[in-house]
Amino acid sequence: MTEVLIKVGFLAAVALNGAIIFTIMDVKGASWMQRRPGPLHVGLRGFIFPLAEILKFVQKEDIIPTEVDRPVFKWAPAYVMVSCVALFAVVPMSPTLVVADLELGVFFALAISSLGTIGVLTAGWSSANKYSLMGGLRAAGQLIAYELPLILAVVGVVIQAETMSLVGIVEKQIEWGVPFVVGGQIIGFLIFMVAATAEMMRVPFDMPIGESELTMGFMTEYSGIRFLIFYISEYMNMFILCAVASTLFLGGYHVPLLPTEWVNFYGPVVLLTKTAILGFILVAIRWSQPRFREDQLQNLAWKILIPASLVNILVTAVMKVGF
Amino acid sequence: MEIFEIVTYFILLGLISTAIRVVTTSNVIHAAISLVFTLALTAILFLILSSEFVALVLVLVYIGAVIVLFLFGIMITRAPLGKNAELDNDKNKKLGAAIAGSIFLLFSYILINGFDGEVTIASGSSTELLGEILLTRFIFPFELVSFVLLAALIGGITLARKDEALIDKDQV
Repeated sequence: MTEVLIKVGFLAAVALNGAIIFTIMDVKGASWMQRRPGPLHVGLRGFIFPLAEILKFVQKEDIIPTEVDRPVFKWAPAYVMVSCVALFAVVPMSPTLVVADLELGVFFALAISSLGTIGVLTAGWSSANKYSLMGGLRAAGQLIAYELPLILAVVGVVIQAETMSLVGIVEKQIEWGVPFVVGGQIIGFLIFMVAATAEMMRVPFDMPIGESELTMGFMTEYSGIRFLIFYISEYMNMFILCAVASTLFLGGYHVPLLPTEWVNFYGPVVLLTKTAILGFILVAIRWSQPRFREDQLQNLAWKILIPASLVNILVTAVMKVGF
Repeated sequence: MEIFEIVTYFILLGLISTAIRVVTTSNVIHAAISLVFTLALTAILFLILSSEFVALVLVLVYIGAVIVLFLFGIMITRAPLGKNAELDNDKNKKLGAAIAGSIFLLFSYILINGFDGEVTIASGSSTELLGEILLTRFIFPFELVSFVLLAALIGGITLARKDEALIDKDQV
Protein backbone atom coordinates (compact mmCIF):
# COMPACT_ATOMS: atom_id res chain seq x y z
CA MET A 1 0.00 0.00 0.00
CA THR A 2 2.74 2.46 0.98
CA GLU A 3 4.66 1.50 -2.16
CA VAL A 4 1.69 2.45 -4.33
CA LEU A 5 1.27 5.75 -2.46
CA ILE A 6 4.95 6.60 -2.91
CA LYS A 7 4.72 5.84 -6.62
CA VAL A 8 1.57 7.94 -7.03
CA GLY A 9 3.16 10.83 -5.16
CA PHE A 10 6.39 10.63 -7.13
CA LEU A 11 4.64 10.48 -10.50
CA ALA A 12 2.24 13.31 -9.62
CA ALA A 13 5.30 15.38 -8.70
CA VAL A 14 7.02 14.42 -11.96
CA ALA A 15 3.94 15.29 -14.02
CA LEU A 16 3.47 18.69 -12.35
CA ASN A 17 7.16 19.56 -12.51
CA GLY A 18 7.26 18.35 -16.10
CA ALA A 19 4.46 20.79 -16.90
CA ILE A 20 6.37 23.62 -15.21
CA ILE A 21 9.62 22.74 -16.99
CA PHE A 22 7.80 22.64 -20.32
CA THR A 23 6.33 26.08 -19.55
CA ILE A 24 9.84 27.44 -19.01
CA MET A 25 11.05 25.68 -22.15
CA ASP A 26 8.21 27.16 -24.19
CA VAL A 27 8.75 30.73 -23.03
CA LYS A 28 12.54 30.61 -23.13
CA GLY A 29 12.38 28.86 -26.50
CA ALA A 30 10.15 31.64 -27.79
CA SER A 31 12.56 34.31 -26.64
CA TRP A 32 15.50 32.42 -28.14
CA MET A 33 13.81 31.77 -31.48
CA GLN A 34 12.34 35.24 -31.85
CA ARG A 35 15.36 37.12 -30.47
CA ARG A 36 13.53 38.84 -27.67
CA PRO A 37 14.43 39.02 -23.99
CA GLY A 38 11.61 36.90 -22.56
CA PRO A 39 11.27 36.60 -18.78
CA LEU A 40 14.45 37.95 -17.19
CA HIS A 41 13.76 39.36 -13.77
CA VAL A 42 12.24 36.65 -11.58
CA GLY A 43 14.88 34.45 -10.01
CA LEU A 44 17.75 32.98 -11.96
CA ARG A 45 17.57 34.98 -15.19
CA GLY A 46 13.81 34.41 -15.20
CA PHE A 47 14.05 30.65 -14.93
CA ILE A 48 11.71 30.35 -11.94
CA PHE A 49 9.03 32.70 -13.26
CA PRO A 50 6.35 29.90 -13.42
CA LEU A 51 6.39 29.77 -9.61
CA ALA A 52 5.57 33.48 -9.47
CA GLU A 53 2.92 32.87 -12.13
CA ILE A 54 1.28 30.10 -10.09
CA LEU A 55 1.28 32.28 -6.95
CA LYS A 56 -0.30 35.10 -8.94
CA PHE A 57 -3.10 32.92 -10.31
CA VAL A 58 -3.82 31.38 -6.92
CA GLN A 59 -4.34 34.76 -5.24
CA LYS A 60 -6.47 36.15 -8.08
CA GLU A 61 -10.23 36.32 -7.68
CA ASP A 62 -12.02 33.38 -9.27
CA ILE A 63 -14.67 35.30 -11.20
CA ILE A 64 -17.83 33.42 -12.17
CA PRO A 65 -20.02 35.50 -14.51
CA THR A 66 -23.73 35.71 -13.58
CA GLU A 67 -25.13 34.18 -16.77
CA VAL A 68 -23.04 31.00 -16.74
CA ASP A 69 -24.33 27.54 -15.88
CA ARG A 70 -22.59 27.40 -12.51
CA PRO A 71 -22.03 23.70 -11.77
CA VAL A 72 -21.02 22.89 -15.34
CA PHE A 73 -18.74 25.95 -15.53
CA LYS A 74 -17.09 25.17 -12.21
CA TRP A 75 -16.39 21.50 -12.89
CA ALA A 76 -15.24 21.74 -16.50
CA PRO A 77 -11.49 22.15 -15.64
CA ALA A 78 -11.68 18.99 -13.50
CA TYR A 79 -12.29 16.68 -16.48
CA VAL A 80 -9.25 18.05 -18.30
CA MET A 81 -7.06 17.68 -15.19
CA VAL A 82 -8.26 14.13 -14.47
CA SER A 83 -7.64 12.97 -18.02
CA CYS A 84 -4.09 14.38 -17.95
CA VAL A 85 -2.99 12.98 -14.60
CA ALA A 86 -4.63 9.57 -15.06
CA LEU A 87 -2.86 9.20 -18.39
CA PHE A 88 0.52 9.35 -16.66
CA ALA A 89 -0.36 6.39 -14.44
CA VAL A 90 0.57 3.87 -17.14
CA VAL A 91 3.76 5.53 -18.42
CA PRO A 92 6.75 3.55 -17.10
CA MET A 93 9.79 5.57 -15.94
CA SER A 94 11.63 2.27 -15.39
CA PRO A 95 10.44 -1.38 -15.25
CA THR A 96 9.38 -0.93 -11.63
CA LEU A 97 8.68 2.80 -11.41
CA VAL A 98 5.17 2.80 -12.86
CA VAL A 99 1.93 3.38 -10.97
CA ALA A 100 0.07 0.57 -12.72
CA ASP A 101 1.50 -1.70 -15.40
CA LEU A 102 -1.90 -2.60 -16.84
CA GLU A 103 -2.24 -5.42 -19.31
CA LEU A 104 -4.39 -3.05 -21.37
CA GLY A 105 -2.15 -0.03 -20.78
CA VAL A 106 -2.34 1.45 -24.29
CA PHE A 107 -6.09 0.98 -24.37
CA PHE A 108 -6.43 2.64 -20.95
CA ALA A 109 -4.33 5.62 -22.08
CA LEU A 110 -6.45 6.17 -25.18
CA ALA A 111 -9.72 5.78 -23.26
CA ILE A 112 -8.71 8.21 -20.53
CA SER A 113 -7.28 10.82 -22.89
CA SER A 114 -10.67 11.08 -24.61
CA LEU A 115 -12.19 12.36 -21.34
CA GLY A 116 -10.59 15.79 -21.73
CA THR A 117 -12.80 16.60 -24.70
CA ILE A 118 -15.85 16.69 -22.44
CA GLY A 119 -14.18 19.26 -20.21
CA VAL A 120 -13.31 21.50 -23.15
CA LEU A 121 -16.79 21.22 -24.68
CA THR A 122 -18.67 21.91 -21.44
CA ALA A 123 -16.34 24.79 -20.61
CA GLY A 124 -17.10 26.39 -23.96
CA TRP A 125 -20.83 25.87 -23.66
CA SER A 126 -21.38 26.89 -20.05
CA SER A 127 -19.50 30.20 -20.35
CA ALA A 128 -22.51 31.90 -22.04
CA ASN A 129 -20.17 33.60 -24.46
CA LYS A 130 -20.09 33.16 -28.20
CA TYR A 131 -16.30 33.18 -28.41
CA SER A 132 -16.21 30.41 -25.83
CA LEU A 133 -18.86 28.40 -27.67
CA MET A 134 -17.01 28.75 -30.97
CA GLY A 135 -13.77 27.74 -29.26
CA GLY A 136 -15.44 24.75 -27.64
CA LEU A 137 -16.94 23.62 -30.96
CA ARG A 138 -13.65 23.99 -32.79
CA ALA A 139 -11.85 22.12 -30.03
CA ALA A 140 -14.37 19.28 -30.08
CA GLY A 141 -14.26 18.94 -33.86
CA GLN A 142 -10.48 18.90 -33.73
CA LEU A 143 -10.18 16.45 -30.85
CA ILE A 144 -12.70 14.03 -32.40
CA ALA A 145 -10.93 14.17 -35.76
CA TYR A 146 -7.41 13.65 -34.41
CA GLU A 147 -8.26 11.00 -31.85
CA LEU A 148 -8.74 8.49 -34.68
CA PRO A 149 -5.25 8.79 -36.25
CA LEU A 150 -3.78 8.82 -32.72
CA ILE A 151 -5.43 5.49 -31.90
CA LEU A 152 -4.76 3.97 -35.32
CA ALA A 153 -1.07 4.97 -35.20
CA VAL A 154 -0.70 3.17 -31.88
CA VAL A 155 -2.34 0.01 -33.30
CA GLY A 156 0.75 -0.49 -35.49
CA VAL A 157 2.98 -0.52 -32.41
CA VAL A 158 0.62 -2.91 -30.61
CA ILE A 159 0.71 -5.32 -33.56
CA GLN A 160 4.49 -5.18 -33.69
CA ALA A 161 4.95 -5.58 -29.94
CA GLU A 162 2.16 -8.18 -29.51
CA THR A 163 1.21 -6.57 -26.20
CA MET A 164 -0.75 -3.59 -24.92
CA SER A 165 1.21 -3.16 -21.70
CA LEU A 166 3.55 -0.16 -21.93
CA VAL A 167 6.28 -1.93 -19.98
CA GLY A 168 5.86 -4.88 -22.35
CA ILE A 169 6.21 -2.60 -25.36
CA VAL A 170 9.47 -1.15 -24.01
CA GLU A 171 10.79 -4.63 -23.16
CA LYS A 172 10.00 -5.71 -26.72
CA GLN A 173 12.02 -2.79 -28.07
CA ILE A 174 14.96 -3.75 -25.81
CA GLU A 175 14.66 -7.31 -27.13
CA TRP A 176 14.61 -6.03 -30.71
CA GLY A 177 17.70 -3.94 -30.12
CA VAL A 178 16.32 -0.87 -31.84
CA PRO A 179 13.33 1.36 -30.99
CA PHE A 180 10.20 0.90 -33.07
CA VAL A 181 10.72 4.23 -34.81
CA VAL A 182 13.74 2.69 -36.54
CA GLY A 183 12.24 -0.78 -36.72
CA GLY A 184 9.37 0.01 -39.08
CA GLN A 185 7.04 2.44 -37.31
CA ILE A 186 8.45 5.72 -38.64
CA ILE A 187 5.18 6.62 -40.38
CA GLY A 188 3.24 5.64 -37.27
CA PHE A 189 5.50 7.89 -35.20
CA LEU A 190 5.01 10.88 -37.51
CA ILE A 191 1.23 10.39 -37.55
CA PHE A 192 1.23 10.04 -33.75
CA MET A 193 3.21 13.24 -33.25
CA VAL A 194 1.02 15.29 -35.64
CA ALA A 195 -2.16 13.95 -34.02
CA ALA A 196 -0.73 14.50 -30.53
CA THR A 197 0.14 18.11 -31.37
CA ALA A 198 -3.46 18.58 -32.47
CA GLU A 199 -4.70 16.94 -29.25
CA MET A 200 -2.58 19.39 -27.23
CA MET A 201 -4.15 22.26 -29.21
CA ARG A 202 -0.77 23.85 -29.87
CA VAL A 203 0.34 25.79 -32.92
CA PRO A 204 -0.19 24.99 -35.81
CA PHE A 205 -3.41 23.43 -34.48
CA ASP A 206 -4.45 26.12 -31.99
CA MET A 207 -7.66 27.36 -33.61
CA PRO A 208 -9.73 26.52 -30.49
CA ILE A 209 -7.88 29.20 -28.52
CA GLY A 210 -6.77 31.32 -31.50
CA GLU A 211 -6.28 34.58 -29.63
CA SER A 212 -6.55 36.85 -32.67
CA GLU A 213 -10.06 35.63 -33.55
CA LEU A 214 -11.58 34.11 -30.42
CA THR A 215 -9.96 36.06 -27.53
CA MET A 216 -9.03 32.88 -25.66
CA GLY A 217 -11.55 30.36 -27.02
CA PHE A 218 -13.20 28.14 -24.44
CA MET A 219 -11.07 29.63 -21.64
CA THR A 220 -12.23 33.23 -22.24
CA GLU A 221 -14.43 33.51 -19.13
CA TYR A 222 -12.11 31.66 -16.79
CA SER A 223 -9.88 33.39 -14.29
CA GLY A 224 -7.85 32.64 -11.18
CA ILE A 225 -7.27 29.05 -10.20
CA ARG A 226 -9.63 27.55 -12.78
CA PHE A 227 -7.73 29.27 -15.58
CA LEU A 228 -4.50 28.03 -14.00
CA ILE A 229 -5.83 24.45 -14.16
CA PHE A 230 -6.53 24.79 -17.89
CA TYR A 231 -3.15 26.45 -18.45
CA ILE A 232 -1.15 23.86 -16.51
CA SER A 233 -3.09 20.97 -18.05
CA GLU A 234 -2.10 22.16 -21.49
CA TYR A 235 1.59 21.81 -20.63
CA MET A 236 0.99 18.68 -18.59
CA ASN A 237 -0.76 17.16 -21.60
CA MET A 238 2.21 18.14 -23.76
CA PHE A 239 4.66 16.57 -21.32
CA ILE A 240 2.68 13.36 -20.91
CA LEU A 241 1.92 12.85 -24.61
CA CYS A 242 5.64 13.35 -25.35
CA ALA A 243 6.43 10.76 -22.67
CA VAL A 244 3.90 8.35 -24.19
CA ALA A 245 5.40 8.89 -27.65
CA SER A 246 8.91 8.24 -26.28
CA THR A 247 7.68 5.06 -24.63
CA LEU A 248 5.80 3.72 -27.63
CA PHE A 249 8.16 4.66 -30.41
CA LEU A 250 11.54 5.75 -29.06
CA GLY A 251 12.38 2.89 -26.73
CA GLY A 252 11.07 4.41 -23.50
CA TYR A 253 13.44 4.17 -20.54
CA HIS A 254 16.18 2.41 -22.47
CA VAL A 255 18.62 3.37 -25.21
CA PRO A 256 20.50 0.79 -27.26
CA LEU A 257 23.95 -0.28 -26.00
CA LEU A 258 23.31 0.69 -22.35
CA PRO A 259 23.41 -2.32 -20.01
CA THR A 260 19.87 -3.48 -19.25
CA GLU A 261 20.69 -4.54 -15.67
CA TRP A 262 21.17 -0.88 -14.67
CA VAL A 263 17.90 0.23 -16.24
CA ASN A 264 16.29 1.08 -12.89
CA PHE A 265 18.97 3.73 -12.28
CA TYR A 266 19.22 5.50 -15.61
CA GLY A 267 15.63 4.74 -16.77
CA PRO A 268 13.90 7.93 -15.52
CA VAL A 269 16.74 10.12 -16.81
CA VAL A 270 16.63 8.52 -20.27
CA LEU A 271 12.84 8.81 -20.51
CA LEU A 272 12.83 12.44 -19.38
CA THR A 273 15.62 13.32 -21.83
CA LYS A 274 13.66 11.81 -24.73
CA THR A 275 10.53 13.61 -23.57
CA ALA A 276 12.40 16.92 -23.38
CA ILE A 277 13.82 16.49 -26.89
CA LEU A 278 10.35 15.84 -28.32
CA GLY A 279 9.04 18.80 -26.32
CA PHE A 280 11.76 21.04 -27.73
CA ILE A 281 10.77 20.05 -31.29
CA LEU A 282 7.18 21.00 -30.48
CA VAL A 283 8.35 24.35 -29.09
CA ALA A 284 10.40 25.00 -32.22
CA ILE A 285 7.37 24.20 -34.41
CA ARG A 286 5.14 26.42 -32.30
CA TRP A 287 7.30 29.50 -32.71
CA SER A 288 8.04 29.07 -36.41
CA GLN A 289 4.73 27.97 -37.97
CA PRO A 290 1.51 29.86 -38.70
CA ARG A 291 -1.92 28.56 -37.73
CA PHE A 292 -3.89 26.22 -40.02
CA ARG A 293 -7.28 27.16 -41.39
CA GLU A 294 -10.19 25.15 -39.97
CA ASP A 295 -11.00 23.28 -43.20
CA GLN A 296 -7.31 22.52 -43.83
CA LEU A 297 -7.15 21.01 -40.37
CA GLN A 298 -10.11 18.72 -41.00
CA ASN A 299 -8.79 17.75 -44.44
CA LEU A 300 -5.42 16.82 -42.96
CA ALA A 301 -7.03 14.55 -40.39
CA TRP A 302 -9.65 12.80 -42.51
CA LYS A 303 -8.01 12.68 -45.92
CA ILE A 304 -4.33 12.19 -45.13
CA LEU A 305 -3.66 10.98 -41.60
CA ILE A 306 -6.45 8.39 -41.24
CA PRO A 307 -5.83 6.69 -44.62
CA ALA A 308 -2.08 6.77 -43.97
CA SER A 309 -2.50 5.17 -40.55
CA LEU A 310 -4.81 2.49 -42.00
CA VAL A 311 -2.17 1.67 -44.63
CA ASN A 312 0.40 1.59 -41.83
CA ILE A 313 -1.69 -0.96 -39.92
CA LEU A 314 -2.11 -3.06 -43.07
CA VAL A 315 1.61 -3.06 -43.87
CA THR A 316 2.57 -3.82 -40.26
CA ALA A 317 0.09 -6.69 -40.09
CA VAL A 318 1.31 -8.15 -43.39
CA MET A 319 4.94 -7.89 -42.26
CA LYS A 320 4.05 -9.48 -38.92
CA VAL A 321 2.30 -12.45 -40.49
CA GLY A 322 4.62 -12.78 -43.48
CA PHE A 323 8.03 -12.61 -41.81
CA MET B 1 -14.72 -8.21 1.63
CA GLU B 2 -17.15 -6.30 3.80
CA ILE B 3 -15.82 -2.84 2.99
CA PHE B 4 -15.80 -3.85 -0.66
CA GLU B 5 -19.52 -4.55 -0.53
CA ILE B 6 -20.24 -1.22 1.13
CA VAL B 7 -18.33 0.59 -1.62
CA THR B 8 -20.27 -1.37 -4.25
CA TYR B 9 -23.58 -0.37 -2.70
CA PHE B 10 -22.51 3.28 -2.68
CA ILE B 11 -21.62 3.02 -6.36
CA LEU B 12 -24.99 1.43 -7.13
CA LEU B 13 -26.75 4.20 -5.22
CA GLY B 14 -24.83 6.83 -7.19
CA LEU B 15 -25.57 4.97 -10.40
CA ILE B 16 -29.32 4.99 -9.76
CA SER B 17 -29.39 8.66 -8.73
CA THR B 18 -27.39 9.84 -11.76
CA ALA B 19 -29.48 7.64 -14.07
CA ILE B 20 -32.69 9.15 -12.70
CA ARG B 21 -31.22 12.62 -13.12
CA VAL B 22 -30.57 11.90 -16.82
CA VAL B 23 -34.30 11.62 -17.47
CA THR B 24 -35.70 14.08 -14.93
CA THR B 25 -33.52 17.15 -15.54
CA SER B 26 -34.92 19.76 -17.89
CA ASN B 27 -31.50 20.90 -19.13
CA VAL B 28 -30.22 18.92 -22.04
CA ILE B 29 -26.50 19.40 -21.25
CA HIS B 30 -27.03 18.47 -17.60
CA ALA B 31 -28.68 15.28 -18.83
CA ALA B 32 -25.66 14.50 -21.02
CA ILE B 33 -23.23 15.13 -18.15
CA SER B 34 -25.29 12.94 -15.83
CA LEU B 35 -25.08 10.26 -18.50
CA VAL B 36 -21.27 10.62 -18.39
CA PHE B 37 -21.34 9.90 -14.66
CA THR B 38 -23.78 7.01 -15.10
CA LEU B 39 -21.48 5.41 -17.66
CA ALA B 40 -18.37 6.08 -15.57
CA LEU B 41 -19.96 4.40 -12.54
CA THR B 42 -21.02 1.46 -14.73
CA ALA B 43 -17.41 1.19 -15.90
CA ILE B 44 -16.25 1.12 -12.27
CA LEU B 45 -18.75 -1.68 -11.59
CA PHE B 46 -17.26 -3.66 -14.47
CA LEU B 47 -13.77 -3.02 -13.06
CA ILE B 48 -14.89 -4.38 -9.69
CA LEU B 49 -16.11 -7.50 -11.52
CA SER B 50 -12.61 -7.57 -13.11
CA SER B 51 -13.85 -7.10 -16.66
CA GLU B 52 -11.24 -4.49 -17.56
CA PHE B 53 -11.90 -4.65 -21.25
CA VAL B 54 -15.63 -3.93 -21.04
CA ALA B 55 -14.97 -1.09 -18.60
CA LEU B 56 -12.43 0.54 -20.92
CA VAL B 57 -14.67 0.08 -23.95
CA LEU B 58 -17.44 1.86 -22.05
CA VAL B 59 -15.10 4.78 -21.35
CA LEU B 60 -13.55 4.93 -24.83
CA VAL B 61 -16.66 4.41 -26.95
CA TYR B 62 -19.52 5.75 -24.87
CA ILE B 63 -17.95 8.58 -22.87
CA GLY B 64 -15.18 9.45 -25.31
CA ALA B 65 -17.13 9.21 -28.56
CA VAL B 66 -20.89 8.92 -28.17
CA ILE B 67 -21.40 11.51 -25.42
CA VAL B 68 -18.92 13.89 -27.03
CA LEU B 69 -20.90 13.59 -30.28
CA PHE B 70 -24.13 14.19 -28.31
CA LEU B 71 -22.69 17.37 -26.81
CA PHE B 72 -21.24 18.40 -30.15
CA GLY B 73 -24.59 17.86 -31.88
CA ILE B 74 -26.52 19.80 -29.23
CA MET B 75 -24.11 22.72 -29.36
CA ILE B 76 -23.82 22.90 -33.12
CA THR B 77 -27.61 23.03 -33.63
CA ARG B 78 -28.85 25.09 -30.68
CA ALA B 79 -27.31 25.59 -27.31
CA PRO B 80 -29.83 27.11 -24.92
CA LEU B 81 -28.50 27.91 -21.45
CA GLY B 82 -30.89 27.14 -18.63
CA LYS B 83 -34.07 25.10 -18.68
CA ASN B 84 -35.60 23.74 -21.83
CA ALA B 85 -39.39 23.38 -21.50
CA GLU B 86 -39.68 20.98 -24.42
CA LEU B 87 -37.80 18.32 -22.50
CA ASP B 88 -40.65 17.89 -19.99
CA ASN B 89 -43.11 15.63 -21.74
CA ASP B 90 -45.98 14.66 -19.46
CA LYS B 91 -47.94 12.73 -22.04
CA ASN B 92 -45.98 9.48 -22.10
CA LYS B 93 -44.85 9.25 -18.49
CA LYS B 94 -47.08 6.28 -17.62
CA LEU B 95 -46.13 4.37 -20.75
CA GLY B 96 -42.43 5.02 -20.10
CA ALA B 97 -42.72 3.85 -16.49
CA ALA B 98 -44.52 0.69 -17.61
CA ILE B 99 -41.87 -0.13 -20.23
CA ALA B 100 -38.98 0.61 -17.86
CA GLY B 101 -40.58 -1.50 -15.12
CA SER B 102 -41.17 -4.46 -17.43
CA ILE B 103 -37.61 -4.30 -18.80
CA PHE B 104 -36.30 -4.20 -15.23
CA LEU B 105 -38.39 -7.23 -14.25
CA LEU B 106 -37.37 -9.16 -17.36
CA PHE B 107 -33.66 -8.45 -16.85
CA SER B 108 -33.78 -9.28 -13.14
CA TYR B 109 -35.55 -12.55 -13.91
CA ILE B 110 -33.01 -13.53 -16.55
CA LEU B 111 -29.98 -12.54 -14.48
CA ILE B 112 -31.17 -14.16 -11.26
CA ASN B 113 -32.24 -17.35 -13.02
CA GLY B 114 -29.23 -17.52 -15.31
CA PHE B 115 -26.63 -17.18 -12.56
CA ASP B 116 -28.65 -18.63 -9.65
CA GLY B 117 -28.23 -15.35 -7.78
CA GLU B 118 -24.46 -15.80 -7.59
CA VAL B 119 -21.98 -13.03 -8.43
CA THR B 120 -19.17 -14.50 -10.52
CA ILE B 121 -15.93 -12.56 -10.62
CA ALA B 122 -13.59 -13.75 -13.35
CA SER B 123 -10.15 -14.63 -12.01
CA GLY B 124 -7.47 -12.62 -13.77
CA SER B 125 -7.91 -10.82 -17.01
CA SER B 126 -10.01 -12.34 -19.75
CA THR B 127 -9.07 -9.99 -22.57
CA GLU B 128 -6.87 -12.43 -24.41
CA LEU B 129 -9.57 -15.10 -24.22
CA LEU B 130 -12.14 -12.58 -25.46
CA GLY B 131 -10.02 -11.71 -28.49
CA GLU B 132 -9.42 -15.37 -29.31
CA ILE B 133 -13.09 -16.33 -29.05
CA LEU B 134 -14.13 -13.29 -31.07
CA LEU B 135 -11.79 -14.20 -33.93
CA THR B 136 -12.37 -17.97 -33.96
CA ARG B 137 -15.78 -19.13 -32.77
CA PHE B 138 -17.67 -15.89 -33.36
CA ILE B 139 -15.83 -14.77 -36.48
CA PHE B 140 -18.96 -14.86 -38.66
CA PRO B 141 -21.16 -12.63 -36.45
CA PHE B 142 -18.12 -10.38 -35.93
CA GLU B 143 -17.63 -9.89 -39.67
CA LEU B 144 -21.37 -9.51 -40.16
CA VAL B 145 -21.54 -6.71 -37.57
CA SER B 146 -18.64 -4.88 -39.19
CA PHE B 147 -20.36 -5.22 -42.57
CA VAL B 148 -23.60 -3.77 -41.15
CA LEU B 149 -21.63 -0.91 -39.62
CA LEU B 150 -19.95 -0.19 -42.96
CA ALA B 151 -23.34 -0.19 -44.69
CA ALA B 152 -24.70 2.21 -42.06
CA LEU B 153 -21.68 4.47 -42.54
CA ILE B 154 -22.09 4.61 -46.31
CA GLY B 155 -25.85 5.13 -45.90
CA GLY B 156 -25.23 8.04 -43.54
CA ILE B 157 -22.83 9.68 -45.95
CA THR B 158 -25.24 9.23 -48.87
CA LEU B 159 -28.10 10.80 -46.90
CA ALA B 160 -26.03 13.72 -45.63
CA ARG B 161 -24.38 14.50 -48.94
CA LYS B 162 -25.93 17.20 -51.12
CA ASP B 163 -27.31 16.11 -54.47
CA GLU B 164 -25.20 18.57 -56.45
CA ALA B 165 -22.10 16.81 -55.26
CA LEU B 166 -23.20 13.63 -57.03
CA ILE B 167 -23.63 15.35 -60.40
CA ASP B 168 -20.52 15.60 -62.50
CA LYS B 169 -19.51 19.20 -63.12
CA ASP B 170 -19.04 18.57 -66.84
CA GLN B 171 -22.66 17.57 -67.25
CA VAL B 172 -24.10 20.76 -65.77
